[in-house]
Parts: sequence; structure tokens; C-alpha cells
Amino acid sequence: MQTSKLLNVLACHLPAETFVTLPPYSVARYNFSVPAIEILGLEKVYHVGFWRKRPKRALHPLSFVVEQGEIFGFLGPNGAGKTTTLKMLMGLVFPTGGSAKILGMDLDDPRMKAQIGFLPEQPYFYDYLTAHELLRYYGQLSGVNSKQLTARVDTVLEHVGLKDSAGVQLRKFSKGMLQRAGIAQAILHDPKVVFLDEPMSGLDPMGRREVRVLIEQLKNEGKTVFFSTHILSDAEALCDRVAILNQGMLRGVGAVEELTAGLRGQVEIVWAGTSVPPSLRSAACRIAGDTVRAVVPSDQQDNVIETLRREKLRLISVTPVRVSLEDYFMAQLSPDQPSAAAANGKAAQ
Amino acid sequence: MSSRIFHIAANTFREAVRDRVLYNLIAFALLLTGAAILVGQISIQIERLVVINLGLTAVALFGVVIAIFIGIGLVSKEIEKRTLYTVLSRPVARWEFIAGKFVGLSGTLVVNASCMAVGVFAALLYVSRQLHGSDAWVLVAIYFIVLQFLITTALALFFSSFSSPLLSAVFTFCLFVAGSFAEDLRGFVGLSHGLQHWMAVIAVYAIPNFSALNIINQVAHGNGVSGQLVFWNTAYALVYIVAVLSGAIVIFEYRNLK
Repeated sequence: MQTSKLLNVLACHLPAETFVTLPPYSVARYNFSVPAIEILGLEKVYHVGFWRKRPKRALHPLSFVVEQGEIFGFLGPNGAGKTTTLKMLMGLVFPTGGSAKILGMDLDDPRMKAQIGFLPEQPYFYDYLTAHELLRYYGQLSGVNSKQLTARVDTVLEHVGLKDSAGVQLRKFSKGMLQRAGIAQAILHDPKVVFLDEPMSGLDPMGRREVRVLIEQLKNEGKTVFFSTHILSDAEALCDRVAILNQGMLRGVGAVEELTAGLRGQVEIVWAGTSVPPSLRSAACRIAGDTVRAVVPSDQQDNVIETLRREKLRLISVTPVRVSLEDYFMAQLSPDQPSAAAANGKAAQ
Repeated sequence: MSSRIFHIAANTFREAVRDRVLYNLIAFALLLTGAAILVGQISIQIERLVVINLGLTAVALFGVVIAIFIGIGLVSKEIEKRTLYTVLSRPVARWEFIAGKFVGLSGTLVVNASCMAVGVFAALLYVSRQLHGSDAWVLVAIYFIVLQFLITTALALFFSSFSSPLLSAVFTFCLFVAGSFAEDLRGFVGLSHGLQHWMAVIAVYAIPNFSALNIINQVAHGNGVSGQLVFWNTAYALVYIVAVLSGAIVIFEYRNLK
């Protein structure tokens, strides 16, 4: 079993408090390859109000692992806790509990920070700088060798399609150009893990497509890409695995195929004519022209076909019902849906 | 100084230059030119006194206004515009960010004060046709003014690390005004008793002593400045700046950047 799967199973079956008391997970100890990101029981509670005494939970204990080389989608509606999680991973917000490691290193380790890139949501940069100056500045802060910096800046600007605007001040950039400059600063120092917070937000279809291509290129270069989004079609097209967060709680984590498998198991059966056998009237039947369509559980498929044969109705097609990530996502957001850990714990019993 | 502090300082300086902060020099030059011409026509024998008083007071006021209004935004503006996120997600410690911002704005103020100093000497040369040996004390007065700028910048940065720009401006300005009357407060310590006495003692140590750093009147009259005063004022300013910046760093180290 892959490290990520093993840890995700652990994450889902153990109560969240367990992770806080477990000894630090050591990759070297288990001789596994180092995961890109390990999150163990990470949580955040803010204290609000005038005296800051009223607790407000932004993130329930969160645990999952992202392997190196993956494109990992972090999905959830607005206010789900995606940005809070990213800010904790970047060391901008301090967790109330739990821990996280990136490339096996603690979040405050400068060696780790030299190996990650970060694009914040709706980025705003020093607008008095030109794109070239901005990247030089970030390269200097990241410790890029000054002899290589100019060449690296030129390469990255070309990579994101800003070569012709290198000498233009950022205050004259459009939103799409700013987003590209943001991606450029995130990949400038050739990081191993790239964090992108809503990278497609506010972009037109062309811009979104360009960002998708860039993310795929990063994967092809062997980088891990962790990006948060609420645009499910992008996540479904790009991600090796996704995690779904709602109201600060993890609702599911895994490959899209794995996640939607639970909702599958239905087939659509189409036959000619307009008559519906009595035993199928309880099924979801829809008469369209001179055909009838019925959606039934796949374990009843043989019985239905046998019924149609007995009634001398001509079978046209039997098709498994396709479940999209959106279907799964919407199912997870329903208020009565238990969290991933609770659901899996119940299943294990 | 770590290279990261240097790069943050250089960027802060560049921001001030590109945001046309140094344009205040034009206003200063116009003020001083006008004053020199006017003083030359209406003053008899006191041209130097007036030009030095007016010139150095203008240097101090222009610089303090810049220190307060740029200093209060050094941290809060970066948080508000989220430019800080892409800096702190790199191998940059929070204390390095604060130190870099302080050095950058201090550099801007030193360059500004240096240009103004040239203006003051040019005005002096215009009204008295020649420079005197005692005019060298003007440089010491400017040095003390620069120390005031650095303390004001540190205070603005301190308040900026935890409060809004408006409140930071109010707090820093109040401390600047109170610090300008620090000698009067010291006099009050000797006169007060009981709780008032102790509160006054605490205030004397907490409020920056800007009045000790103000020797404009002294040098305008051609009086010299002792080496001891230069040494103690420098030591005082350094200790005060380090203490205030340490406070800013401690607060900023534990701050959630929501």
C-alpha cells in the first residue's frame, strides 16, 4: 500500500485527538520516501470578540498526506478553511494544535521554505516594480545565486508568457498578467512543492486554460502541486487526488475515481416502446419518444433485463451511470453528511 | 547584516523613491530659498540665526512627517495588500523583515536629511556670503535630528506591528510631541510625590527624550556641542531603538497574519 493511502486510512479511522499525541511521524524511521506534505491533526481556533474570549473554530483537526509529484486539489466552498490551512502551511498563521511537515521538514525550517513556492489568493505585488525587478527581488530573498538570477528570471518570464512585459510596472498589469507574475514568483527558485491558492480565480477561460497547462508542466517537471480551488472541473481535469473540506472539516480525500466509486453502482437501461413492466414502475422511469429509460441499482441489472425479455420488450442499451466530482462534492456538502473520519470510522465498525 | 535584510531595505528605499517621497525636497528647497531671500532683506545681523533655526526646524518636521506616515504603513500595508505573504513564505525570518523595513526607511530619511543639509548650508552661504567654523555644529544638530527620525521610525514600526495605520499614526505622533517636552516631564518628577512621582518616573523612561536631541537653538547661536553629549545621545538613541524594535519583533513573531 502506498504511504499516502496508509496514512489516509489512519487519518480517517483514528479520532483526531490521536494525532496530537502520537510521536512525530518520521519518514526516515519507516524508511519511506519523504512525502511532499504531511498534515497530522492540524487545527485552528480563533478567539474573537472585544476580549477575544469567544472561540471560533476555523479548522477541525485535519490529517492527510500528499506524495511527491502529485497534483493535489484542495476543494471546498468559500469559507471552508482552505486558505487558513494554506496559511498555516506557509507559517503565516499559527496552528492551535496538530503538526505538519513539508518534505519531511518542520514548517519553520528555512531549508524547507527554500524548496516551496506559494501563490496567494488574488495576489497583489509591489506595483511600483517591473515584472523583472519583482522576480529579482524574490529570487534574492529565496537565496538564488546572483550569477544565475538574471538568466533564471528571463527563463521564468518566458515560461509564463510575460517576456515582452518584463520592463512594465506591475501597476499597469491586467488581472491575468498579475496571476501569471504570481505563478512566476512561485516557481522562480525551482521549488519542489508549489502551493497555489485559487490560481484560476477571476481568470477568463483562456487564462484558466493557460494556468491549467502551467500546472501540468510543473507536474511533468516532477514538482508537487497543491492547489486550492472551488472550480471542480479544473480539479477533476488536473488532480491525481483531491481533499474536500467543508466548514473546516475534511469530508473526503483520495483519487477522484476512488471518491466517486461510492456513489456509482447504478445503471441506465433503455428499451424500445412506451410500456413499463409493473415490477419496474418503482424505478426512475422516463418515457422519451418511443423509448423508456430507467435508472436502477447495478445489482438489479440482470433481473430487469430478464423482466424486459419476458415482456418481449426490445433492449436498446445498458450504461453505467457516470458520477462526476461535482456530484460527490455536492453530496459531501449536505448538512447531514458526517466528516470523513467519522464516516470511515463507522464503516470500520 | 544578512543579505535578506539588505534586499528588503533596498526594496523599501526603492518604494519610497518611486512613490515620490523625496519630492518633499522640492518643497523644502522652495521654502528655504524664499526664507533666505526674505531674511536677507529684513534681518540685520541675525540672518544666520534665522536661517539655521528655520532650516533645521524644517529638516526635523519634514523628516518626522515622513517617518510617521511611511513608518505606520511599513507592516500594516504589507499585511493589508498581502505582499507580505510571498515574502514570509520564503526563507525570510519575521525579525529580518522588521529589521529590513527599519533599515530601508532609515536609509530614505538619511538621504533626505543629507540633501536638506546641503540646502541649509547653501542658504547659509547665500545670506552670510561665507561659512564660519561654528557652522560645523549645524552638522551635529542634523545628526541629532536624524537620531530623532530613527527613534520615530522605530516607534511607528512598533505600533504598525499590531495596530491600524490610523492608531499607529496617533500613538507615534503623541509620543513625538510628549518626547519633545521630555525635559519638562523630568522637572515634574522632582516636584511630584507618591503615586504621581512614580508614574512620572515611568513616563520619563518610557517616552523618548526628543528634547535632549534638539540643539537647534544652541547651534543657531554659534555655541559648540560637547563630545560627551554626542556620545550619550547616540547611546541613548541606540538603546531606545533596539528596545522598541525588539518589542515590534516579539509582537510580530507571534502575530497571525489573517
